[in-house]
Amino acid sequence: MKIVVTAKRVPDTTEVKTDPVTGTLIRKGVPHIINPDDVHACEAALQIKEQFPGTEVNIMTMGQADAGIKQHELLGMGADHAYLLNDRFFGGADTLVCSRTLAAGIKKLGDVDLVLCGHQAIDGDTAQVGPEIARRLGIPSVSCICGLQISDDGKTATVTRMLDDGTETLEVPLPALFTVSKEINEPRYMTIYNLVDSFSDPAKEVTIWNHEDIGLDQSVLGLKASPTQVVKTFTPAPKGAGEMIEGTPEEAAAALTAKLVEKHLIK
Amino acid sequence: MQLTDQQQLIQKLARQFAEKELTNDVLDETEATAVFPKEIQDKMAAVGFFGIKTPRQWGGAGADCVSYSLVMQEIAYRSAVASLYVSSPNSLSGGPLLTHGTKEQKEKYLRPVVEGKKILAFGLTEPGAGSDAGGMSTTAVDEGDYFVLNGRKTFITMAPLADWTIIFAKHDTGDKRHNITAFIVDMKAEGVSCGKPENKMGIIGCATSDIILENVKVPKDDVLGKPGHGLAIALGTLDVGRIGVASQALGVARRALDEAVAYAKERKEFGKPIAAFQGISFTIAEMATKLHAAELLVWDTCTLIDKKERCSDKAAMSKYLATEYCNWIVDRAVQIFGGYGYMKDYIVERLYRDARVFSLYEGTTEVQKIVISNSLLRSRK
Repeated sequence: MKIVVTAKRVPDTTEVKTDPVTGTLIRKGVPHIINPDDVHACEAALQIKEQFPGTEVNIMTMGQADAGIKQHELLGMGADHAYLLNDRFFGGADTLVCSRTLAAGIKKLGDVDLVLCGHQAIDGDTAQVGPEIARRLGIPSVSCICGLQISDDGKTATVTRMLDDGTETLEVPLPALFTVSKEINEPRYMTIYNLVDSFSDPAKEVTIWNHEDIGLDQSVLGLKASPTQVVKTFTPAPKGAGEMIEGTPEEAAAALTAKLVEKHLIK
Repeated sequence: MQLTDQQQLIQKLARQFAEKELTNDVLDETEATAVFPKEIQDKMAAVGFFGIKTPRQWGGAGADCVSYSLVMQEIAYRSAVASLYVSSPNSLSGGPLLTHGTKEQKEKYLRPVVEGKKILAFGLTEPGAGSDAGGMSTTAVDEGDYFVLNGRKTFITMAPLADWTIIFAKHDTGDKRHNITAFIVDMKAEGVSCGKPENKMGIIGCATSDIILENVKVPKDDVLGKPGHGLAIALGTLDVGRIGVASQALGVARRALDEAVAYAKERKEFGKPIAAFQGISFTIAEMATKLHAAELLVWDTCTLIDKKERCSDKAAMSKYLATEYCNWIVDRAVQIFGGYGYMKDYIVERLYRDARVFSLYEGTTEVQKIVISNSLLRSRK
């Protein structure tokens, strides 16, 4: 099988701090990581590789040149090849243009049986790019899966999708695209063997493609082609401390109503 | 300190591994039972920790000495005893096979050790011969088809767990300067037995014992290196091998510093955190400075080893400085913790005990000074 795993380099949001004066995010010096859900997608692909020896796991990333270094973490886990879509015309893309770019990269690879994406990226949290890629490739997609099983003939996948109130199991013909949630698996460690290979084996060298390589005109790329316009980003003001209301449900309800009335929120 | 991308990722792997596997529960259990879990050893082997710089040809990962040091530091940061399981196949026991083993010996003994299937120990020290390894009394007698070994080795790390041990023995070669030979001894061979595991101060979880050899027959195929040249093999192994101990010391020292910093900010006396007092904050500054100096020295030595430059003196300096500083740093960490630092509930108590052996094993600090001074005084006219 030929699998593509999309992987994004994101700021480690657990390390991001807010400037107390301006209220904006301090991006300087924040370490970057591979988006955590994408690491789970890579693990899911590697498990399929164990089931079907000969499977090829390709990493596809759109980003700046130093994102290639992050791809080595997935090569270190055992992925076979890494592709970096890197071009100054790609900058500032919203999800619509991002999915256009990634889909073009995946098309160029060709004969892909399965695309696995992280459910969402921790910086944007849109969860849109995966399904958008599927639409552009004309293949079915299922979002936020926590279970994945490929049939022995490699033609269909049985996936478990997470819903607000439970899970849903679906059978999907391949090729298809799934976005995976972190519940799906526990990512394996990198190994020193794979890491050394990823830096010394020419076959594992990161392949860099620009807009011409993937056959997209610069007019449909980047910030200018993106309909989404970010007007403002801000950090919400911290909420005041909450208050726990104790007592029986009846007493608590009475106390709550009294407080809401007091604040003129209800009459 | 410049690390390559590859070295940084190997460091990251080791840190992730240590944080996830070497949990407080696992480490408490190891202290209580003196047994380090086999599952974790297997996982270490799977990610390549047992053959970090061992060539691919023999099952290793083929990385470099800097990477080896980084892994040692990250593992020792969580657990000194765990790092011992990493250093042994990479250095003390695997080293002599890698440098002096025949192709057949490497295939038969080194590969399974690197793959984590077998354990190999290093048997040099004797009850009456420590720093003066040449004064050993274990003997090997050539009986034609095989050698017969008799004697007693002491303080042999992992002896009770080992499948094989490299034993150094006096061997009459007719040349008084070259009268020690190295042998690969099967621990299940007739006449081989282990003493009771020693009751140690620290690094609990890696059994150390005597090895008793009584008329042990060793096939000629299991002679390691040139007969009579065993002492050079032993000293050569210790030579660069001591960078592993220096790295252990760095890991433990960094942990002690981190613990001391966190505690000093949190613990209040006289109405403010103790970090606000210069008696404490200056100590922390000294700890950090010493640690950084030692880190740079160890890193520099590793890069020299990777460039295949001769650096016995630098390796000795690294071990001397890193282990002595480590002992000072863990001592100060306990001091900052005050009475709590003396209690087993606090990690610095264990760090203090674990660190003590670093300036003793694989050559005491005094032996390092002999190596350093000899390189200066003997090589210059």
